[in-house]
Amino acid sequence: MASLQQTTVNCVKRSEAQLSASWLADLEASGATRNLKAEDIAQQTSDFLRLLTSVLEKGGSLSINAAEWDEVRQFLEKLSHQRALVGQDSQQTANFIFALKGPLFTLLQQEYAGEPALLAEQLWEISQTLDALGMHTIRTFQKSREAVIKRQQEELLELSTPVVKLWDGVLALPMIGTLDSQRTQVVMESLLQRIVDTGSEIAIIDITGVPTVDTLVAQHLLKTVTAIRLMGADCIISGVRPQIAQTIVHLGLDLQGVVTKANLADALALALRRLGLTVAKAAV
Amino acid sequence: MERIPILQMGDFLLVTIQVDMHDQLALTLQDDLSERISRTSARGVLIDISALDMVDSFIGRMIGMISGLSRIMDAETVLVGMQPAVAITLVELGMTLPGVSTALNVERGMKLLRERAYSQ
Repeated sequence: MASLQQTTVNCVKRSEAQLSASWLADLEASGATRNLKAEDIAQQTSDFLRLLTSVLEKGGSLSINAAEWDEVRQFLEKLSHQRALVGQDSQQTANFIFALKGPLFTLLQQEYAGEPALLAEQLWEISQTLDALGMHTIRTFQKSREAVIKRQQEELLELSTPVVKLWDGVLALPMIGTLDSQRTQVVMESLLQRIVDTGSEIAIIDITGVPTVDTLVAQHLLKTVTAIRLMGADCIISGVRPQIAQTIVHLGLDLQGVVTKANLADALALALRRLGLTVAKAAV
Repeated sequence: MERIPILQMGDFLLVTIQVDMHDQLALTLQDDLSERISRTSARGVLIDISALDMVDSFIGRMIGMISGLSRIMDAETVLVGMQPAVAITLVELGMTLPGVSTALNVERGMKLLRERAYSQ
């Protein structure tokens, strides 16, 4: 692989300020700078150009995985991480690098006006390097996004399984969102643990917030109910909406003697009755 | 030989499993318990497994069988103190122990046992 000519490197170095200005203009024109502060962008473009020229000046390998490109890579990783947090999409982030091509090519065209063969070779080299840098940016951008998504999923999982104490000896678990195997596991574990900790005899699982019940969800529910029974507590399922009741019947699901109630209030009333408690209106 | 002690409290037998159940131990317990029920004509058996934190399908089946044989010998059986992890494992193994009465702790188990045994 041919490397960059010294002329090219010098030319880039000489016109760093001019490059930076036209790069910035291109970025703004392409709309890649939306939601971002203008001074930040200016800072980033000049920082990147400075890093790039310093690497090119050393005249080392053009493969961006080489050690001399470490700083450039780190700079881009930080940049794409920031962009991911701000909420920019991958195209806007990648454009940051790709928009540099235009001004750079124009510059080289002027420099190598009389030598088309040399110009083509140099353009090819620069283009390859910039593409690699762009791809690297996208890759780290996606990684940052995935990390954000993963964190949110975990938070959601924790937020969506609160076990609340309704009465002495009565626990309730309002379920919100779709029940999958992983969530059922978390829900089951936290509910069973709370039953042991509090010595509650009755657990109410409220499925008002579960959008759909299919065979799998029903199976998960049954598993939870069975585990609660094995521990020696009773389980009531509440919040069975009319549509869900219809689905359960149409699917032919057998809820095997599980006590179900239409709403949480009915379930609580039943739980109190089982505990031998009555709620009475105070005498005025 | 290692044995699980069976204690008598009035009309009831109390089995507390404090060690990790292995297969031979479970088989011995089954023999001992059936023998004790017939000798003492006990009205109920309370099995406390609160110290058991690991089960496999064999032990799960043994627990089911022990309560089954007690019932045949006219003694009510209550299983108490199952740990969450054990309950989850048994459910995942598909062993729902139908017909086995359960309670959260020994105190509630005894209460349940008395209600059942003396209501007959």
